Amino acid sequence: MARVVVNVPAEAKRGEVIEIRTLAGHPMETGFRRTQLGELIPRDIIRSLVCTYNGVEVFRADFHPAMAANPLLTFTTVAAESGTLEFRWTGDNGFSATQTAVIKVL
Amino acid sequence: MITRRAFLLLGVAAGTAHAQLPPNIAELRRQALDEAIRKVVGNAQVRTGKVKLDLPPLIDNGNTVPLSVEVDSPMTAADHVKAIHVFTEKNPQPYVLSAHLGPRSGRARITTRARIADTGVVTAIAQMSDGSFWSDSLKVIVTLSACLEEGLI
Repeated sequence: MARVVVNVPAEAKRGEVIEIRTLAGHPMETGFRRTQLGELIPRDIIRSLVCTYNGVEVFRADFHPAMAANPLLTFTTVAAESGTLEFRWTGDNGFSATQTAVIKVL
Repeated sequence: MITRRAFLLLGVAAGTAHAQLPPNIAELRRQALDEAIRKVVGNAQVRTGKVKLDLPPLIDNGNTVPLSVEVDSPMTAADHVKAIHVFTEKNPQPYVLSAHLGPRSGRARITTRARIADTGVVTAIAQMSDGSFWSDSLKVIVTLSACLEEGLI
């Protein structure tokens, strides 16, 4: 299981714009590099990140090989109601990782 | 002994052979970038403004380049940013990231880290809910390029 980290504030005021930071441990092999023997290293990247807030999709991103290793992504969302945010990364070679965060809206 | 006529014919032959060589890589990359942007925007006009792309102008290590894009938008249901696309000019593939936002994003701002292969232009394009496209470009200088290092194993 890949190591993924998300940073979501534990509590927020209703309607407040909160910043979410996500980080996934992944080499993001581009598919353009070669070994010393000249063999192409096959591509192995995370393709997408989807964030759902109580089951509703609020953010989605498509990654390409030009994303740095251990892709970091920061975005914002409106704290609408208390609940869970679920993050799902999917990628090449069946890569899949999920993480959830609980937020309390005052 | 080569005649003048034969010599000229040789020149013509060499000239046509040269014309058949593929265009240089820089030209191919620029075409790929144009094509990638066309694929996103279609026939719509891309205007400059509203978008603010922020990344260091001088990059020591192209493997991890901090990059942020902020779009000036109220982010309401009627007027919001639908997507932010980031492209680079000199990478083997022009795409970096496509982020899909909506009124629930609250603010149109993303931060990430990219790989940039060479000194060139980085472009961010924002797709608005009314169908318009806005962009911002920055020229960056890369001293150690990404994608090209070899011999890991």
